Amino acid sequence: MATSNKPIVWGPFAAGGTLTAFITPALILLTLLAALGQAPDLLAYDRLHAFAGHWLAKIAIAGVVFLSLWSAAHRLRITCYDLGVRADTVVATILYAAALAGTGASVLYLMRI
Amino acid sequence: MAEEVTRKPYVRELTWRWIVRHPRYVRYMAREFSCLFIGGWTLLMVWGLKQLAEGPAAWAAFLECLKSPASIVFHVLALGFATYHSITWFNLTPKALPLQIGEGFVPDAAISGAHFGAWAALSLAVLYLAGAF
Repeated sequence: MATSNKPIVWGPFAAGGTLTAFITPALILLTLLAALGQAPDLLAYDRLHAFAGHWLAKIAIAGVVFLSLWSAAHRLRITCYDLGVRADTVVATILYAAALAGTGASVLYLMRI
Repeated sequence: MAEEVTRKPYVRELTWRWIVRHPRYVRYMAREFSCLFIGGWTLLMVWGLKQLAEGPAAWAAFLECLKSPASIVFHVLALGFATYHSITWFNLTPKALPLQIGEGFVPDAAISGAHFGAWAALSLAVLYLAGAF
């Protein structure tokens, strides 16, 4: 029987797609408010530092970063194929590696908070 | 055993131009391109975490960077594309998760509607807990 890594790749994509659909617009609105000079209370250094300092929040943030980046990477991979880039293995390797690198970086920074 | 190719093989033309051939394709690509904005914004937040870990001055510099015109334009586009992703995702949910009760299936509109309702509630909760209003 042929083995496939499709479920491993597709599972986080579906989870990330659902998660980003539920919370990303609201989160972007928070940083948009900050960009417009109306930063919400949570984005004040002391409050955000205290929030991100809790181990539960660290796990949640790292999880959101991983699922968001992975689903974006997977979708971009499919989009590259749609746009005529047929070097799928190369594209997939680069994009998934970038998603994992971004997640790794966020874990590193969270450990320093 | 390798097959002899005697005729000129058909090579399908590969272009991106099919996108503009039909409004349906344009909408599909708008949905797919949302990943650039969601992924880009997430990477921006990873950078924000780095700044937050470095201290109050670095965090203040990050907030100042967010106020640049390019950042504001990016945020407005990202908000639009992220919202479009949510709408298309929840509209597709009944196809991905058909729900059967007894003989019949729960109507698509009920499943989508429940997700839209939960999305609204969650968004308000996030904004309220973050002190946006």
